Parts: sequence; C-alpha cells; structure tokens
Amino acid sequence: MTSAIEIEQVTKRYSQVQALAGVSFSIEAGEFFGLLGPNGAGKTTLISILAGLTHADSGRVCVMGHDVVSDYRAARHALGVVPQELVFDPFFTVRETLTIQSGYFGLKNNTAWIDEVMENLDLTSKADANMRALSGGMKRRVLVAQALVHKPPVIVLDEPTAGVDVELRQALWRFIQRLNRDGHTIVLTTHYLEEAEALCTRLAMLKQGRVVALDDTGNLLRAQAGCQIQLRLSAELPAALLPQLLQRQENGALRLSVVDFDHIEVVLATLRAAQVKVLEMEIVQPDLEDVFVQIMNRS
Amino acid sequence: MTGFYTLFYKEWLRFWKVRVQTVLAPVLTALLYLLVFGQALRGRTEVFPGVDYTTFLLPGLVMMAVLQNAFANASSSLMQSKMTGNIVFVLLPPLSHREFFLAYLLAAIARGVVVGLGVFAATYWFIDLPMAHPLWILGFGLAGSAVMGVLGIVAGIYSDKIDQLSAFTNFIILPLTFLSGVFYSIHALSPVWQLATHLNPVFYMIDGFRYGFFGVADTSPSLSLVIVVSCFFCLSWLTLWLLKIGYKLRP
Repeated sequence: MTSAIEIEQVTKRYSQVQALAGVSFSIEAGEFFGLLGPNGAGKTTLISILAGLTHADSGRVCVMGHDVVSDYRAARHALGVVPQELVFDPFFTVRETLTIQSGYFGLKNNTAWIDEVMENLDLTSKADANMRALSGGMKRRVLVAQALVHKPPVIVLDEPTAGVDVELRQALWRFIQRLNRDGHTIVLTTHYLEEAEALCTRLAMLKQGRVVALDDTGNLLRAQAGCQIQLRLSAELPAALLPQLLQRQENGALRLSVVDFDHIEVVLATLRAAQVKVLEMEIVQPDLEDVFVQIMNRS
Repeated sequence: MTGFYTLFYKEWLRFWKVRVQTVLAPVLTALLYLLVFGQALRGRTEVFPGVDYTTFLLPGLVMMAVLQNAFANASSSLMQSKMTGNIVFVLLPPLSHREFFLAYLLAAIARGVVVGLGVFAATYWFIDLPMAHPLWILGFGLAGSAVMGVLGIVAGIYSDKIDQLSAFTNFIILPLTFLSGVFYSIHALSPVWQLATHLNPVFYMIDGFRYGFFGVADTSPSLSLVIVVSCFFCLSWLTLWLLKIGYKLRP
C-alpha cells in the first residue's frame, strides 16, 4: 500500500535559518497524525513544502504516491490544506468562495457536496453572507470547508484551533474525526497538546528542523515520562532527592519523578529518615505536555 | 480548463463587483482630462488636418485608460492577494503556471477593454469620432492592454508592499503613458524628445490605436504593431518563467 505522505531527507534554508535539516518520515493512509514542535521548529515550512507553497532545497515529498514537484497536479488534487493564518477573500460570499475553490480543482457541479460541507460546519445560515461580515470562528470554518471542497484523501490542518472558542473546537474535531473514520488521512499541527493526545494515533515532534521523536502516541506517553508524584512537605526536600525534582510549583508543592510505583516507597523512606513529614501526596500520570517538555529539553 | 476559467471568472468578478471604483472612476478621470485639455487647447492646435483637438485627444485618452487599468487590474489583484494572504487559495489547487498567467492576463485585458468602452460610450453623443480602420483599433486595444496586463502581473508578483507597487505605477507606468503622445503629436516635439518618445513602447500603442480612427499616424502602424506584439512576447516569456520557478510566490 502506498503511504499517504512520504517525506525523504527534506532540507530547507531561509538565508540565516536552517528551517528543515533533513526530515524523513511517512504517514500511512487513514492515520490521524500529529506534527508537534515549538514555534520555529519547521512545522509550517514542512507543510508548505507538502502543499507546494514552498520549494524544498533538497529531498523529496510525495502525497498519495505523487511527487509534489514533478507530479504536482495529482499531488495537489490529493491534498486539502487548512492554512494557519485566517485568510479570506473579502470580495465574495461564503458560497461563492466555496464554488470558486471547487472550480480551481476542476469541479463544475459541486453544489451538493458544498451544501453538505456547509451543513456539517454549521455554515448554512451564513451561505450568502460576505466573508468580511463573518466572525473569526466562522472564517475558520470556511477555511476548513475550502480545504474539503474537492474531497481530498489527505487533509492537513495547520493549527486550526488557534483562537477558536470551545464550542467550535469540539464541533470541528467531531467533524474531522468523522472524516478520519471515513478513511481520510489527517495531519494536524497544534500547540494544544491535550488535543494532540486525545486525537492523534501517531506523533512526530520537530525541533530546530529535525525529527526528535516519532512514535505512537501511547508508546510516547509510556516510554518517555515514567511516573510522577506531587508532594507537599513539612520541611525542605532532602538533598538526596534533589536529582528527582522536576518542578517546584507556586503553592509550594514539589513534583518528583519516580521510575515506577515501587520507587515511591524509596522516596517515602528517604523522607522519613530525614524527618520530613508528607502533608499531601498525589500520583500524577504524565500527559503529552510532560513528554513534550522532556523530549525538547533532552534533544 | 475549468480551473483556468474559474480563476478568470474570479478575477472578472473581483473588479466587476466594485465597478464604481474600477470602471466608473477611470472613465470619469478620462472625461475630466478631455474636458480640461479639450477646452484649454481648443482652436490653438490642429494636430491632424481637419481634426479638432478634442477629437484628436479622445482615442489617446481612451487608450491611456485602457492601458492603465489593464496594468492596475493584474497588479493590484496579485498585490492584495499576497498582502492579505489569500493568494494561497490559487496556489494550493492544481493550476499550472500557464493557466495562472492566462487567467490574470485575460482579466486585465477585460478590465482595460470595459473601461475603454466606457469612455467611448460616455463621449458618443458629444464627439463625432471617425473609424477609419476598426480592425487596427481592436488589434492595438487588445495588444496594448495585453502588454500592460503582463507588466501588471510582473509588478504584482514582485511587489511585497503597497509602496513598491505604487512606485512602479507612479515612476514607470504613469510617465510612460503620459509621455507617449496622448496629448500631442510627436512632430510638435524637439528632435531629442522625438527620439526619446520612440524608445517608449507605449507611444506605439497610442499611435497605432489612433491610426485606427484617423487613418493618419506618426509612425507606420505595421511597425507599431510589430513592436507592441514583440514586447508582449518578450514580457510573457519572462513572466511565464517567473511563474514557473515560483518567484516570490512559492519561495
């Protein structure tokens, strides 16, 4: 089976900045894939190369087996991109925008599908409103609809929920998850790590233009973070436990890393020996944010 | 084909939806020129025998409006799309660089022609304009607006900011169109300025266009057409190449 997306040794340099320094990975058809990384890690550059908005300096990118440079027509037909910026054409209404976008992809009579997409994104009541008159959230929905007019097998969403209210965010994810169940491959970049944790089956983390982690979301959570406990103590933390200290919280609580549950006993014994009382204790399951911070600090 | 047609249609709608600003305003500007210069210079000059100055002036003003608006349409559309970021909507679909080029070009020609027809329509009852060679009129109207449309595409691709585009318009397009013999016959100029005018491609557009009406011109209309069409092919070749490598559009 061909991969939905194949990225091989892609590099890109913008005058002083090496935006991508040899990125390779592939995304299988039907995956819900997350692309994470701090600002400037190269996520948007990678997506731009995928979408043909930027040319890579070297390397190769294919969408559904079609090279994005030499076979760009087929590659772009297979790809729907929701750009990060809230862009729109102020001359047109929502329906005109979607009809025109269909036309660019060679589709003449696309009204039925456009109606369905608008219905699903709750845009029907705004169909004849000018783009200028829409709220930010509504404009975001139109961007999603524009990416879907040609029913692309691969859908890329570049931070689609930045600045979007809770209601729309949830509605959007329900719709995207449905598209994923229907067989569309979804690629998502986001700063909301809890979103990525809940939605993505596999993740890649980028840092300074390199892939620093690539695995199933579950594996990453298990393998990277171990276990953590949060303590409030009657006195200072004994020096012997300092290497395990992850974080001092504002309310005075301390976050310590432990290898596993048995290891908690060792920590408690050390505290007892130092005559430090435990006022509160909580076992914390690591989330993607912890994993993310760990990986970013380590690499 | 649908992709190209849609992009052309979108570009057409873009200016037609705001036609007060994109069509009516330039028609009014041309009429003001006609009124002011026509009145000021009436009876003082007779450029071609038997043709009064206002009648002489009209085709030149029409052509100037056609050229400036063809340029403005392509350049401002691309510029605005780049500034607002909605250029991605035409960069993401599978449109080839030729489709992209042709759509913007045809829309530029369309706007030029619509504005030109508007100026004619507005003066139809006041000025009795002869039409010696209608095909030359059509040919120069289309070829001239095509050259300026391509130039507009180049300016739109090149400019990242509004002031760059307005520099292009004010320091290149306006002087070239104003100093092209719209308001005078170049025979009234000193030899140095006559030579300078012959280096201005817009001169041949205006002169050939005017020949279509009066059957008289400063230069041979065939030569003018060859020059204008050559300009078109050279600029188109350059522009298609820029689009193909994605200059500034796909960095």
